[in-house]
Amino acid sequence: MYFQLAWRNIWRNPRRTFVIISAVVIGVWSMVFLSAFSHGMLASMLDNGKSVLIGDIQIHNKKYRIDPSIDNSMDNPDKIRAVLDKTLPQGAVLTERIKVSTYVSNARHSTGAVLVGIDPENEKKISFLGKSITKGEYLDKKDMRGILVGKALLEKFDTAIGKKLIIMARDKKGKVASKAFRIRGVFNAEMEATEKQFLFITMTGARKLLNMEKGISEISIVLNSEPMVEKTAAEIKNRLDTELFAVETWKDLLPMLKAYVEIFNGFMYIWYVVVFVAMGFGIVNTSLMAVFERVREFGLLRALGLKPWPVIRSVLTESIFILLIGIIAGNLLGYVSVLLMKDNGLDLAMFGKGSEFFGMSRVIYPILTMFDVMNVNLVIFFLGAVVSLYPAFRASRITPVEAMRQ
Amino acid sequence: MSIVRAENIKKRYIQGKVEVHALRGVSVNIDQGEFVAMAGPSGSGKTTVLNIIGGIDNPDSGQVIVDGNNYSDMTQSKLAELRLNKIGFVFQAYNLIPVLSAEENVEYIMLLQGVSAKERKKKARAILDDVGLEGKYSRRPSELSGGQQQRVAVARAIVSNPAIILADEPTANLDSKTGESLLDMMKKMNREKDVTFIFSTHDNMVMEYAKRIVKLKDGQIENDIIKDK
Repeated sequence: MYFQLAWRNIWRNPRRTFVIISAVVIGVWSMVFLSAFSHGMLASMLDNGKSVLIGDIQIHNKKYRIDPSIDNSMDNPDKIRAVLDKTLPQGAVLTERIKVSTYVSNARHSTGAVLVGIDPENEKKISFLGKSITKGEYLDKKDMRGILVGKALLEKFDTAIGKKLIIMARDKKGKVASKAFRIRGVFNAEMEATEKQFLFITMTGARKLLNMEKGISEISIVLNSEPMVEKTAAEIKNRLDTELFAVETWKDLLPMLKAYVEIFNGFMYIWYVVVFVAMGFGIVNTSLMAVFERVREFGLLRALGLKPWPVIRSVLTESIFILLIGIIAGNLLGYVSVLLMKDNGLDLAMFGKGSEFFGMSRVIYPILTMFDVMNVNLVIFFLGAVVSLYPAFRASRITPVEAMRQ
Repeated sequence: MSIVRAENIKKRYIQGKVEVHALRGVSVNIDQGEFVAMAGPSGSGKTTVLNIIGGIDNPDSGQVIVDGNNYSDMTQSKLAELRLNKIGFVFQAYNLIPVLSAEENVEYIMLLQGVSAKERKKKARAILDDVGLEGKYSRRPSELSGGQQQRVAVARAIVSNPAIILADEPTANLDSKTGESLLDMMKKMNREKDVTFIFSTHDNMVMEYAKRIVKLKDGQIENDIIKDK
């Protein structure tokens, strides 16, 4: 009967109950949706960051990060390959690259860029390149003269598929190597900077241009589970000579991105506090109104022999019903909002440049995680119940005589 | 046997900046099974006496003993238990819980006493039948007349088998016919169940029904008339 009484009490003033439930619904919805949206943004930042030739773990010559030149390549990768065979977990994929600074030109334009020699099949599995060819074709493993360029560079150079670009770079012997490559395909990247920065040729093409026998600049590894990254990196480090090789995770390679992730998490907690403070005031205010309207009734209950605790329990039960209804409806609304954006996402075209600055995609796909949903629900439920204690205590302190005088 | 013993009760209120002496030393003994009216004009102190006997207000001095329990020795928690188990209240404005049906209002007090659901239902219906509300179990207070609501209030007061029932001007909001019928019903309860009734009233009809009239004036007992004797 306690529950029956509480349930009926909350519907004594349906308009007021509706207003407070709406406040809870909006609070829960905004927290759920914003969490999902933020995760979508973070995932987009991480995907973009990692897919632009980073991956989860990279292995370089120890000196490469300080001086990314051909002199600091890994000349004998067989030993590393053997270690990776033993340490990489199931589902991990890797690719090897040669990366050098280059000078690219055609008849009218020239610029500096990064030339990347790739294994086309493995690269496709790891980086953005496999899904980004919008014109022409992807590279064939045996293609010695083909090159992939970004759309922005293609436009800047006012050139087209089938035309030539001259690549100049310092080779392994320290001489300037130069060769013409024919544009086979054009790639689109999330960020224009990526389209201008990278040029892709095959590994064999790069070796020939740079006079390298079997050396590589880096090995990039992608795992299928984020929590495995640190553990796997540590295992590789244990088996490799760390005086010669650097094993780094994406967090080491993209410190800005790591900082963004932390800032976003902090921002989420600030948002939780803002929403909850607004909602908490609403809950306390309406609960107090409901208590003051029923002073006579609480006085009667005290006169009949009800002790303070059952009065507190009774008011708390009403608040909990309101919180539960609001939480369920807010979750449903949040889930539906996320579901509606599942296929098309939320287009941030109007903030295109800004989002690019943060390394995000223009279209964000919200990601709802069970952890966030539980977090939001527990925060609102427990804090909501805590702030409801104040009106409940006020109700419990109403004395019969004071109530009967009203 | 004395069920209520009040000795030299004094009570003052501060109303605004004025000190009001509500009771100036009231002493009264009431025996088990009495049907007593505390009568007097407005401000004479009759409701204050009832509130103090009911343990919902504290005297400034003097002592109250109900069914052997001395209030001055009791904590608020013990007093609440005493009210729950030994004292029934009937108020002028009925004071039923508006969202509960007649039956649930009666059951509520038994719920607080820890009576089982089955027993509660059985006893609530029986007592509602006794007060003439057969078939009106599921009606909410707003669906009942004033007289019927006051009958529910009496049923609620009596269902917990209290030692005394305190009724603060129970007929004040009722027409004379309904009031008379309610008093008949309470008298019947008094006779059949030997429940002690103490009223505060200035209604002549209630005074006619009462076996004993304690008249109050300016916070003091003016006279104490026992009709039967």
